[in-house]
Amino acid sequence: MANQSQLCSVWVGSETGILKGVSLSKKRTFNFCDMSSISREHGICALAWGDENESEVLVGCVNGTVKTFSIEKGIFIDSRSCGDFSQGQFTGIAVTPSSLITCVESGLLSVWTEGSTDKLEINVGKGVCRMRQNPARRNCVATGGKENPLKVWDLERPDKALFTAKNVANDWLDLRVPVWVRDMAFIPDSEKIVTCTGYHQVRVYDPLTPQRRPVLEAEFGEYPLTALSLPAGHDRVVVGNTHGQIAILDLRKGLVRGCVKGLAGSVRGLECHASSPLLASCGLDRFLRIHSLEDRSTRHKVYLKSQLNCVLLSSKDLELLREVDTGEVEDVNEKEIDEVWDVMETVSEKGDKRAVLEEEEEDSEETVETKDKKKKRRKTKK
Amino acid sequence: MDFVEVPVSEDVPVSEDVPAKKSKVKKEKKKKLKREIKEEKEEQGPEPEQPSGTLLPPSYSLSEIKNKQRRHLMFMKLKQEKRKLKLDLRKKRRKEREALGDKAPPKEVPKTIENQRVYDETTVDPEDEEVAYDEGTDEFSAYFNKLTNPKVLITTSDRPRGRTVRFCEQLASVVPNAHVYYRRGLALKRIIPQCVSRDFTYLMVINEDRKVPNGMVLCHLPDGPTAHFKVSSVRLRKEMKRRGKEPTEHHPEVILNNFTTRLGHSIGRMFAALFPQDPQFTGRQAATFHNQRDFIFFRFHRYIFKNEKKVGIQELGPRFTMKLRSLQKGTFDSKYGEYEWVHKRHEMDSSRRKFHL
Repeated sequence: MANQSQLCSVWVGSETGILKGVSLSKKRTFNFCDMSSISREHGICALAWGDENESEVLVGCVNGTVKTFSIEKGIFIDSRSCGDFSQGQFTGIAVTPSSLITCVESGLLSVWTEGSTDKLEINVGKGVCRMRQNPARRNCVATGGKENPLKVWDLERPDKALFTAKNVANDWLDLRVPVWVRDMAFIPDSEKIVTCTGYHQVRVYDPLTPQRRPVLEAEFGEYPLTALSLPAGHDRVVVGNTHGQIAILDLRKGLVRGCVKGLAGSVRGLECHASSPLLASCGLDRFLRIHSLEDRSTRHKVYLKSQLNCVLLSSKDLELLREVDTGEVEDVNEKEIDEVWDVMETVSEKGDKRAVLEEEEEDSEETVETKDKKKKRRKTKK
Repeated sequence: MDFVEVPVSEDVPVSEDVPAKKSKVKKEKKKKLKREIKEEKEEQGPEPEQPSGTLLPPSYSLSEIKNKQRRHLMFMKLKQEKRKLKLDLRKKRRKEREALGDKAPPKEVPKTIENQRVYDETTVDPEDEEVAYDEGTDEFSAYFNKLTNPKVLITTSDRPRGRTVRFCEQLASVVPNAHVYYRRGLALKRIIPQCVSRDFTYLMVINEDRKVPNGMVLCHLPDGPTAHFKVSSVRLRKEMKRRGKEPTEHHPEVILNNFTTRLGHSIGRMFAALFPQDPQFTGRQAATFHNQRDFIFFRFHRYIFKNEKKVGIQELGPRFTMKLRSLQKGTFDSKYGEYEWVHKRHEMDSSRRKFHL
C-alpha cells in the first residue's frame, strides 16, 4: 500500500466512500479502502492536504468524521468525529499549523485546536455550499451558500466577519436578485475573491474597496455553476456547471476565453495545478479528466467506477514524476541497445554488402528514371 | 419522320465498334426525342475512329474527361466492370465452398458498426466489487431488495390529443399497477411531492408535439434519478398487423438486451424497476427493451410453446423506440438539477462506432 500511495499524484474522493489515488505517469489507479467495509455513510465530500509538505490527506466523510490518510504509510492513521448527520455534509476542510477547520452545510464553522478538546465555533449562516481557506493567510476563510452571501472570516477575531458581501442591486423589474454562492477562491497577490453562483454568474469582490458589491460580474452558460478553480497564471478562472461544461474566463473583462470539452456529467470537483497549466476535473460521469489549459486538449481520462465528489492535486508531482520515469525508461532503452550491440556478431564481409547496397540504389534510381520517362510520355500524349 | 430515321439506321453499322450496351444505356437513361438521339449519334459518330480514347490507361482519372456525356458513359462502364468482377469473385468463392464441402472454412462475419464498436472502458464487469457495491446501494436498491412494489403514474404534457392519450392508455395496460391521470396544467415539481406521499415509485410523462408523442420523462421516486428520452416510431395497437388479443393483467416478464456500459446498467435497472419483480408466467407475456446502437426498442409480446422445439410469438403492442437524451440525479429539476449524463451531439457523435449504452 505504501508504495502505491507514494506513486499517486492525484487524489479523488468518491460518493461510495472510496479514496482513490491516480498515478498519471504509471497510468494506474488504486483504491485506498477496505472493500468489505465501504458504505455510503463514509462517502467523501471534502479533501484537503493535512500539512505543508503534502504527506497527509484529510478526508471529510458524509457522516461527520474526518479521517487522516498518510501517503507514506498508505493507510488511514487517524479518525475523529467533527459533526454528525443532522448538520449536513462537510462543505470544506482546511488546516492551519495548529488547528483543523471544518465547515458543515448547517453553517457551523468549527476550529479544532490540536492537543486540546475545546473548539471554537462560529455560526456563518444556513445553507453553506462551500468554505475555502486563503492560501496566503491561513487563518482567513471565506464561506457562502444558498441565501447566504459571501463572508470572509478571520479566525482570530471570530465574533464578526471581516467582509460581508452585499447583494447586487434589484433587477429591471425591481425584484430582489436571489443569492446562491456555490464556490469561491482567493485570488493570489491581491485581496480579491472570485465566486461562482447557482444562477450561472461569476463575480469578483474586492474587500479593500468600500464597495461591498461585486466589482466584476460575468455570466457563463445557463446552468448552475458548481465548481471553480484558479489556474497558475493571473486573470483567469475556470468554472464548471451541472451539464459538464467547463469554461475558462478572463477576469479582466469577464469574457469566456475557451471551453474544455469531453465531459458528460455534472462537474463536482475542479482543481488547477499549482505550477503547470493543467486542470483536473471530476464529477457525476465517473471520469477523472486532466486537461491542458494551453490548448484545452484532454491529456488523461481515467474511469474510476464511482461518482466522484472532489479532487486534490499534488503541487509538485504530476510532471516531475513523469520526467523521472521517462529518464529511467531511456536508461533502460540505452542499456538494452548496448546489450543488443554486444550480442550481435561482427560482420567481416562489409565491402560486399556495401556493393550490393549500391547496386540496389542504382536500381532504384533507374526505376525512378523510368517513372519519369513514363510521366513524360504521358505528357506528350496529353 | 422517315427522314429522321434513316440516318440512325445508317449510323448503326458505323457504331458497331462501340459496345452495344453503351447505346442501350444511353437510350434507357435519356428518353429523349428521336431527333435528339439522332443528334447524339451524330456527335458520337467520330468516336469509334479513335479507339485509343475508349481504352484509356487505368491510371487515367475519369474526372479529367471534360465531356460530361462521355464522362458519364465511362463511369457507367467502370461501374459495370466492377460489378461484374465482384459477381465473378462471389461465384468463384461459392464454387470453391461447394467443392470443399464440409472442409470449407467458416464464413466471414460481415462488418457492422456494432461489432466494430469502439471499446468502452465503462463496460461493466460482473465480478467487479466496486460497481456491484455502487449498484447495490443506489436508488433502485430498495426495489431490487424487494422492499418496495412499483406503482407508476402516467401523465402527459398539457392538453394531450388523440394519439398521445391512447398511447398512455396502452402503456398503462403494459405496466402493471399504472395509473393514468390527466395533467390539468400542473407543474411537475408540484406533482412529485404528492406522488411521493401516495407511494408512487415512478412518474412517467409523455410529451407530444403536433399530436405525435415525441418525448418521455421517466422519474424514479422518491429520490431520482430522472431520465429523459426521445420517443419515435410509436405504433399503437390499432395500427399493427397480426396483433394478438388485448393483453391480460398478468405481470409480464421483462427482457433487457444489450445494456452493457455503466450508464446502460443504470438505464436497464430503471426499466426493470418499472415492473413487479415476480412475473406471472401464466400470462405468457413479455416486455422487451432491446438496445441497439443506443436506440432502445420496446416490444410487447405473448408467446406460446407449440411443442418442445417451436415457440410462437404474437405481438400485442404498442411498439416504440426511445433514445436517451439525459440522465439527471434526483427528481425532475431540469433547471437546477445535476446531470449524470447529457447527450452532447457534436462532442459525442464524432464516431459512428461509439455507443454509450
